[in-house]
Amino acid sequence: MTMPAFGFTRRRVFAGAGGLVVASLLPDFALGQQAASTQTTVIDVTRARTDPVPIAVPDMAGASPDAQRVGRDIARVIQANLRNSGLFRPVDRQAFIQTPETAAANPRFQDWRVIGAHALTTGRVEESGGRLRVEFRLWDVLADSQLQGTAFTAPAAQWRRIAHLISDVIYERLLGEKGYFDTQLVYVAESGPRDRRTRRMALMDQDGENHRFLTDGSFQALTPRFHPTARQVAFMSYFRNQPRVYLFNLDSGQQQVLGSFGGMTFSPRFAPDGRSVILSASRGGDANIFVVDIASRRERQLTSGGSLDVSPCYSPDGTQIVFNSDRGGDQQLYVMSADGGGARRISFGNGRYATPVWSPRGDLIAFTRMAGGQFAIGVMRPDGSGERILSEGWSMEGPTFAPNGRVLAFYRETAARDSRGGGYSSRLAQIDIAGFNERQIVTPTDASDPAWSPLLS
Amino acid sequence: MTTKLLGALAAVALLAACGSGTEQSSAATGGGAETTATGPRPGSQEDLVANIGDRVFFDTDRVTIRADQRTVLDRQAGWLQRFPQVQIAVEGHADERGTREYNLALGQRRANSARDVLVAGGVAPARIDTISYGKDRPAALGSNEQAWSQNRRAVTVVR
Repeated sequence: MTMPAFGFTRRRVFAGAGGLVVASLLPDFALGQQAASTQTTVIDVTRARTDPVPIAVPDMAGASPDAQRVGRDIARVIQANLRNSGLFRPVDRQAFIQTPETAAANPRFQDWRVIGAHALTTGRVEESGGRLRVEFRLWDVLADSQLQGTAFTAPAAQWRRIAHLISDVIYERLLGEKGYFDTQLVYVAESGPRDRRTRRMALMDQDGENHRFLTDGSFQALTPRFHPTARQVAFMSYFRNQPRVYLFNLDSGQQQVLGSFGGMTFSPRFAPDGRSVILSASRGGDANIFVVDIASRRERQLTSGGSLDVSPCYSPDGTQIVFNSDRGGDQQLYVMSADGGGARRISFGNGRYATPVWSPRGDLIAFTRMAGGQFAIGVMRPDGSGERILSEGWSMEGPTFAPNGRVLAFYRETAARDSRGGGYSSRLAQIDIAGFNERQIVTPTDASDPAWSPLLS
Repeated sequence: MTTKLLGALAAVALLAACGSGTEQSSAATGGGAETTATGPRPGSQEDLVANIGDRVFFDTDRVTIRADQRTVLDRQAGWLQRFPQVQIAVEGHADERGTREYNLALGQRRANSARDVLVAGGVAPARIDTISYGKDRPAALGSNEQAWSQNRRAVTVVR
């Protein structure tokens, strides 16, 4: 599906005229039925704060108490995912008329219509021999019809995966774009006083669950980024007090330094094909951009000169690179071709610009802007036009796109109130690229440098 | 024990000097290399901090050595020539009002600026390593210009 710049095609619950019209592409909810007569399939994201889809997510049915418990847990995870997206409004469970058991067998649509639901999910869980079979159905309550029926089987320990996969099915079926719930975040967990901070790489599901630390804190870890397909992360490590880019295998925990640069290497990102890593290397006082082929470890230099060229990121088709440079006097964003030629500045607003990341859709570049003593997260088109600020505050940086390009995670800091650093905090946040639904992503400690994984399957 | 105590006192004196601006630590230099039995061990980090000054400060987003900071590096070069066995690392830092990756590069460039002055002052390049911590190891923990001015720094550390 091609996405127009700044727009989303979005399948829409067609309120009032017979239910969920999945096949028809309509603009945003607020336009109501008049919109049906206009042919546009584009939602202007600046006006996308439309009514979220009202959906009922009753507990899934189960034959045994164990199966019922799993069915309940799965439904709660799905409901939280949908609510947290800002694009769905789960109907209050207290209002439910039909029981999960009977709904799973045969939903009475009237019972769900009267409590305001447009969509309904039902399910049934069977558990045997440590494995789950979860049968899931999505219903168009207004049209009295089934939209989707899917069965998942998995080891019982994987019940959260199933919940996330189902959430993605619902998201895609009702909104017409891929979901992002079956994903993880890798980030830097921070603890201790700021002048002696411990920074550990940590991994968690996108909803904060299944949290685990990947490094032990004996060396500082910064800026982890996911491989596009393999279970691998590139990050910057101060192991043996030598700041270098490393590759980290998420399954084995093995780490290996990337390249044989004499000085600091940092700000790594994988190429879209996963075969190479683009990074910055300091030789002397400058910082230039290099590509390192992972298999051969061959290095190729893309920028040269005395400026600081950092934070390179490929376009999703691999043909272009956006990066941050002070070559014009202060920090701005530049786009060049993948072979390093033809760099042109794209940021021309007020202030300094940094940390560019290209949307997986290709249509936007997200960035950090520093102006007037404030930091902001924003997006612009790859040619620099259409800049929009999504969130602003004392300090925030490091945006990362969810794989569907619809949500950004970043980190937000609060200022110290006193000379001992009291009041300082650093937390992860996420926001819809339309600039609404900013939420904190809860982590056990202070946190920074989030990176969103691709869809896990 | 005594050395340790004096080291702690020296650190306090340095912080005071930082807070009030520049290089007041030079006033304490007096005896130069003539350290007494109770002073810091000659050629040690404590000696550097107490008698020479271990750090220089930078203006916002700048990497050039300020005129008022240069004498500290000149004294460091002289001190390093008196102790030719000493190997050092110059650590570059930035304040918190920037992005992490850019500030890593900025810190590296600051460390390099300080290193270049030491080399010009006669210190063999092979004795000097540089490293950047960007904005991630502040010396002062406040969120105000006074703290930031202390955090934009290059610190010479005996290895």
